[in-house]
Amino acid sequence: MSTLLTVENLSKTYVLGGGWFGPARELAALTDINLTVEAGETLAIVGESGCGKTTLGRCIIQAQKVSKGTVTYHPKAGGDVELTSLNKRQIKPWRQDIRMIFQDPMSSLNPNMRVFDIVAEPLRIHKICKGRELEERVISTLEKVGIPAEAVGRYPHAFSGGQRQRIGIARALVLDPKLVIADEAVSALDVSIQAQVLNLLEDLKAEFGLTYIFISHDLGVVNYIADRVVVMYLGHVVENAPTEMLFERPRHPYTELLLEALPIADPLRRKGRKTEVRGEIPYLGNRPVGCPFHTRCKYAQDRCRTEKPALRPINGTAQEAACHFAETLDLKGAYEDAPAKEFA
Amino acid sequence: MPLIPMADKPILTISDMSIVFSSPDEADIEAVRQVDLTLTPGKTLALVGESGCGKSVTARAVLRLLDRNASIPRGSILFQPGGEAPTDIARLKQDSLPLRAIRGSQISMIFQEPMSSLSPVHTIGDQIDEMMILHEGLKPKAARERTVALLDQVGIPGARQRAEAYPFELSGGLRQRAMIAMALACTPQVLIADEPTTALDVTTQAQILDLLRQLQADFGMAMLFITHDLGVVAEIADEVAVMYLGDVVEQGSVYDVFARPSHPYTQALMSSIPKMARKAERVRLSPIKGTVPAPRDRPDGCAFTSRCPYAFEPCATVRPERTDVGNGHHARCHLLTRQPVEAVA
Repeated sequence: MSTLLTVENLSKTYVLGGGWFGPARELAALTDINLTVEAGETLAIVGESGCGKTTLGRCIIQAQKVSKGTVTYHPKAGGDVELTSLNKRQIKPWRQDIRMIFQDPMSSLNPNMRVFDIVAEPLRIHKICKGRELEERVISTLEKVGIPAEAVGRYPHAFSGGQRQRIGIARALVLDPKLVIADEAVSALDVSIQAQVLNLLEDLKAEFGLTYIFISHDLGVVNYIADRVVVMYLGHVVENAPTEMLFERPRHPYTELLLEALPIADPLRRKGRKTEVRGEIPYLGNRPVGCPFHTRCKYAQDRCRTEKPALRPINGTAQEAACHFAETLDLKGAYEDAPAKEFA
Repeated sequence: MPLIPMADKPILTISDMSIVFSSPDEADIEAVRQVDLTLTPGKTLALVGESGCGKSVTARAVLRLLDRNASIPRGSILFQPGGEAPTDIARLKQDSLPLRAIRGSQISMIFQEPMSSLSPVHTIGDQIDEMMILHEGLKPKAARERTVALLDQVGIPGARQRAEAYPFELSGGLRQRAMIAMALACTPQVLIADEPTTALDVTTQAQILDLLRQLQADFGMAMLFITHDLGVVAEIADEVAVMYLGDVVEQGSVYDVFARPSHPYTQALMSSIPKMARKAERVRLSPIKGTVPAPRDRPDGCAFTSRCPYAFEPCATVRPERTDVGNGHHARCHLLTRQPVEAVA
């Protein structure tokens, strides 16, 4: 596998206030994010609201300017492209390769445009084709995602939530992208529709050789669809590991907490006891010193309150965690049926 | 789970209840069709289904919080607190005194989005005090004392100071806790929780579920828990009722329903959620084909006919009867009466 995208030392800081209501304050939404996306994989980014997962997605696609660090795209044809250094015009061709699917299909589709035009718009903007060719391409893309050709003249309001999400997917795919960033793409859907869309995403990935960055808060879905998982907390990557390793034996206490809190659809595995979830996410503006998670961590030691742990490989495996005690802690995974396996 | 005698008498019995919405330029829509549900003290009944299945409307009907164009043309909602004569809530006059005496006091409700269901211009302390002042005639001072105790009980740190806070000053989790404290202010016998954790993060959700379990053990109230999340159902429910397009299609103890789902819709719902399993055991999801039809396109027979893989002759026209599949677990499906039960699963 070759690397498709590299994110290095990426930080994003928002400036709040300034002006009449007091001095400006800085809010660090993302701090020193390092990660790579391999061609053909599904990389999930998980975390709770406010952890920066959406901001990270938007920084990758350059919908938001990064404050520090670089995002580099490695096209198949060779030659690295540092997206963060490009201006609006220079980046335009690369926007064909990296596309986004949004969470709420109602607010991300223009209600005044017909479905045909919604899907054709990217082709027109990038001047890829027109006339018959454009028509054929739009219709075949819509059919691939399960929207019948007869429906292309309708407006978004005439479709159900699941169908609207399919239209959003068609709009992303019509440019034949390499990397698709799906930001909570199935979160707003009912379970039966969610399953349809998940299957569709998998089929499309196989058919077009796509790579996904799948941003989600639902660990059940992530375990199902992702090859690798990045766990974020307060703008930091706290763990980055292949899915099965992470769910088998998490190496960061926050990951354990997330898995612990996840309700499992089986009353026999009910967590009847008091769950050990403690505290709430601190406000980003007064992030704790040291390890960002220490205020809620039941394993926290003095060292955690002063020294910030770096993300590092654990025991030389593909599993990376940012915890001082990652090697020694025996954290509980989500597969409850079998004892934790040791990965060499 | 608290050990409450199984033989407890039901406190709320909904039988044969329909809810109809009328509109000036369209035919009436029967959003909920002849539903039977019972709530028992100390037990939690989870009402589960996808959006638009009528689960929230059913819950709101219990408190008569329906919109003005809705009516309950048939059926009854019998509320029978320990030993007293039953009251049929469905037949009480809208906003009559007897109804207002029940609402918020004996039966109370937790809503999904605490930000939009709490008053933004009153402190949470004032909002909780009001309940006790109105329903129990407490003096403001005494009410505030109890409010502080309640806020403490639902796990809000610094309860006395937080009572002075406005909802916007609290995090989502704390707001939901304040909402729960308000619902419990008059020690209700029935608590209706309408998607109380849907808007929350998983870790906060786990805390709120714990809290509800704990409070139920302390107060012994009956709980009607509405959710679309089967994981949450498995976590909190004693009994489950599965709704689809206005019908309760299956009902039974949580263990029975999860172990032997008997209605094709329940089975399909369960195979739509990804299992927490390793890659090797991973099975492709089998989603339900199609989408939920609009209520006015619902067939006279079984509501699930248009999406059911097993649909056959009488399904579209004849409504299936409630069929017992053992241990008080029943489902409405023609397959159950046509063949031995096992053939469905």
